[in-house]
Amino acid sequence: MDPTALLLSRLQFAFTISFHIIFPAFTIGLAAWLTVLEAMHLHSGRSVYRTLFEFWLKIFGVAFGMGVVSGVVMAFQFGTNWSVLSKMSGPIQGPLLAYETFTAFMLEAGFFGILIFGRPRVPPWFYLFSTAMVALGTTLSAFWIMVNNSWMQVPTGYVLQNGQFVPDDWAQIIFNRVVWVRFPHMLLACYLTGAFCVAATGAWYLLRRTYRAEAHVMLRMGLALAAVLLPVQLFVGHLVGDYVHDYQPAKFAAIEARWHDEQPASEVLIAIPDSATESNKYAISIPVLGSIIGSMSLDSKEVGLTSFAPQDRPPVAIPFFAFRIMVGCGFVMLGLAWLGTWFGLKHRLERSRLLLWGIFLSFPLPWIAILTGWYTAEVGRQPWTVYGVLRTADAVTPFLTASAALTSLILFVAVYAFIFSFGTYYIYRLLRAGPAGLGGKRLHVPVPNRPMSLADKMPAIVEAGE
Amino acid sequence: MVMFWIALLAISILIYLLLDGFDLGVGMLFGLAGSEAKREAMLRTVAPVWDGNETWLVVTGVIMWGAFPLVYSMLLPAFYIPVLVMLLGLILRGVAFEFRSKAARTRWIWDVSFTAGSFAASFMQGAMVGALVEGLQFSNGEYVGGTFGWLTSFSVLCGTGLCFGYALLGACWLVRKCHGPVRYDTRRQIPLLAITVLVFLVIVFAHALTEHLPILRRWMERPYLFLFPLVGTGAAAVLATSILRHDDYWPFYMVALIFTAAFATLALSFWPYMIPFVVRIDEAAAPHSSLAFLFCGAGLFIFPLMLLYVAVGYRVFRGKSASAADHY
Ligand code: HDD
Ligand code: HEM
Ligand code: HEM
Repeated sequence: MDPTALLLSRLQFAFTISFHIIFPAFTIGLAAWLTVLEAMHLHSGRSVYRTLFEFWLKIFGVAFGMGVVSGVVMAFQFGTNWSVLSKMSGPIQGPLLAYETFTAFMLEAGFFGILIFGRPRVPPWFYLFSTAMVALGTTLSAFWIMVNNSWMQVPTGYVLQNGQFVPDDWAQIIFNRVVWVRFPHMLLACYLTGAFCVAATGAWYLLRRTYRAEAHVMLRMGLALAAVLLPVQLFVGHLVGDYVHDYQPAKFAAIEARWHDEQPASEVLIAIPDSATESNKYAISIPVLGSIIGSMSLDSKEVGLTSFAPQDRPPVAIPFFAFRIMVGCGFVMLGLAWLGTWFGLKHRLERSRLLLWGIFLSFPLPWIAILTGWYTAEVGRQPWTVYGVLRTADAVTPFLTASAALTSLILFVAVYAFIFSFGTYYIYRLLRAGPAGLGGKRLHVPVPNRPMSLADKMPAIVEAGE
Repeated sequence: MVMFWIALLAISILIYLLLDGFDLGVGMLFGLAGSEAKREAMLRTVAPVWDGNETWLVVTGVIMWGAFPLVYSMLLPAFYIPVLVMLLGLILRGVAFEFRSKAARTRWIWDVSFTAGSFAASFMQGAMVGALVEGLQFSNGEYVGGTFGWLTSFSVLCGTGLCFGYALLGACWLVRKCHGPVRYDTRRQIPLLAITVLVFLVIVFAHALTEHLPILRRWMERPYLFLFPLVGTGAAAVLATSILRHDDYWPFYMVALIFTAAFATLALSFWPYMIPFVVRIDEAAAPHSSLAFLFCGAGLFIFPLMLLYVAVGYRVFRGKSASAADHY
């Protein structure tokens, strides 16, 4: 085994999945929101909902396209770079990913075309149905992938036979406790991403004094949703922490930067962990709180990293800081959402420009929380790929050469950087232009044969040969 | 159970070949279109369905992983470079659908990536099939052929052949879906493409037969195999007459039939091997508990549903696509 190829493969997986997750995080929330908007429009007939729908649909389209193409890469990377893993865990991870593809990807892909191009061709109820199916597909996709990853975090329901993980209890694999806290944590994270992006766009328009009506709807809906979901998310986050404490003590110790067993344990708020001396520098910690957080007791013993053999310890700094950044983002978002909702109820939001700036600038927070959350989970899982049974170093394709791995990594970085810069630029332009031109004419002309919308920068299409 | 999954795998590969085949083909022909109006019209015929088409590649991949993990874990690393290039090609062409309509001055970038990406993906798919037929080097279940073991003159031949094949499929699709200049142009391309494809097919099969004596023996043992080339020839004849009659409807189906015949010939000549003469189907299969779990939900209920989504999608966007202004 070539250690450089291993390192490069890890970097490549981390890079490509981090890139991928940016888009699902956004589209899962947005798809649900589009469904709500379309239903509200059908129900109330208010045109502002339709305007918002058409506007966000375009942004959805760009993000979804990037999510799809970067996801296809993931489905093949297990095989190309982690062939031992895919041979051993194929009987479990393969069927789970197959269920994801069958139930979720086909649903999304099948109705995505109708969502984007089909409005003139189908009745309104069917269009709403298609929107809902896309949203359902994205949610199912998140479910199956969380089952998949949770199995790698806490493998259950299998026996080891002839060098393969052979499933013997699917119910255990799919319905275990870990899945049912991690899936809600992920789903809520996606809804929060949608909510904050929508609210931030509303705040931006109010700051620029344009699209007042739409901006108010966006702010109200986004902030209210976030204000409700955030406390739930923080509670679910606590439950996720509980599972880590019970099943992955080494990861938990790394998150807490606890080097030695302690009873009662203190909680390190912030420090610089130093693995050379197995201690923390500049630590600020609170006595006893560690036991309370870990075991809900005042005198429990909490395990420290030095209780594990050095080759079984995860890196400390990344999980430690990543976890704190995630939690920090959560609290900042909570503050913004509650303040914003409160000011909104008092009808003072439009005048509180400082708060509007805060909300506007907050849109990266949910993404940062999601990425750092995953870094906590995945780096904390090291040195295992399947926790406790298969080491990362043994999971990699044995004959992969460093030069092949380097080539692929460089190409992925180059191509992703290229499409990411253009993608974000186009989304930025769409957001900046706003829902203009969608308002009047376009909505009330029922005939499908109208010229291209004004908002698209596309020149009116000359029907080839008509 | 194993038979069920091998059948479903074969069906998924075939659906992928036909569906993404025409849309990759349109992507390659896109490069030849001389005007923005033509490009728009061509793109419009595939834009609502490309995502669904490409998902069949993922379906193929995950059935392979779930039901035949050994094959998945042996082939993908062996095809490290071609898979990489194919994926990058699919990325570049996939984002082009959304990006080019949002771009103003930079649109040409996405036009180029659409065509180039389609080419790269098609070529690599053909090359992988070619390398598989020619034989990869394995020892003890591990690939030992090196990073470029897949690259041979035969695989290059197959890659080029598949590009022409997809382009032909794409041309027939365009003729079905478009009016006016696009239809006119592509109809003139079809005979040339069709002849090239048939020549390639003949060369490829002749090569496979002479290189691989074991295959030749299989053909002697299984005379029914001759049926498929026969069907292909029949389809080619109908294709020729329908082109001469200026028919828009039949060429696509005839080319699809030729593809099906070629695929069946190939698959059945290697039966019961999955990786020719290295791994048999029953050796590659996942344990029963995995296959049964897949069968109960995904195989029995959801696979038919997936076919339904495809049918609904194509039904909503049926007819000549330029006749209604579909956009958003
Ligand atoms: C929690 C959400 C989530 C996570 C962690 C992942 N994905 Fe994903 N994926 C989605 C949520 C999603 C989605 C919401 O369903 C996508 C995103 C873009 C899109 O908009 O659909 C999608 C698209 C998508 C596609 C394209 C589907 C198509 O053809 O339509 C594939 C093949 C994958 N993903 C595969 C993976 C793999 C192998 C992952 C893990 C290693 C992974 N995804 C992580
Ligand atoms: C008090 C607040 C929070 C706590 C205590 C918390 C706790 C945790 C823990 C312990 C993990 C690691 C789980 C593992 O190793 O498997 C985790 C992961 C994660 N967190 Fe949080 N979290 C909080 C807030 C948030 C917020 C606000 C978001 C996003 C908006 C978020 C998104 C995520 C994601 C995406 C993951 C990775 C997926 C997973 O492992 O489940 N978290 N969280
Ligand atoms: C979408 C959010 C995710 C993020 C941001 C993420 C992040 C990461 C990171 C940073 C690594 C490198 C860890 C290291 O080597 O130190 C990694 C490795 C890996 N992850 Fe994830 N991950 C995500 C989801 C998943 C899912 C859903 C799966 C499986 C179903 C998965 C499977 C793997 C595998 C197989 C590796 C490589 C082996 C390893 O290093 O352990 N990841 N991921």
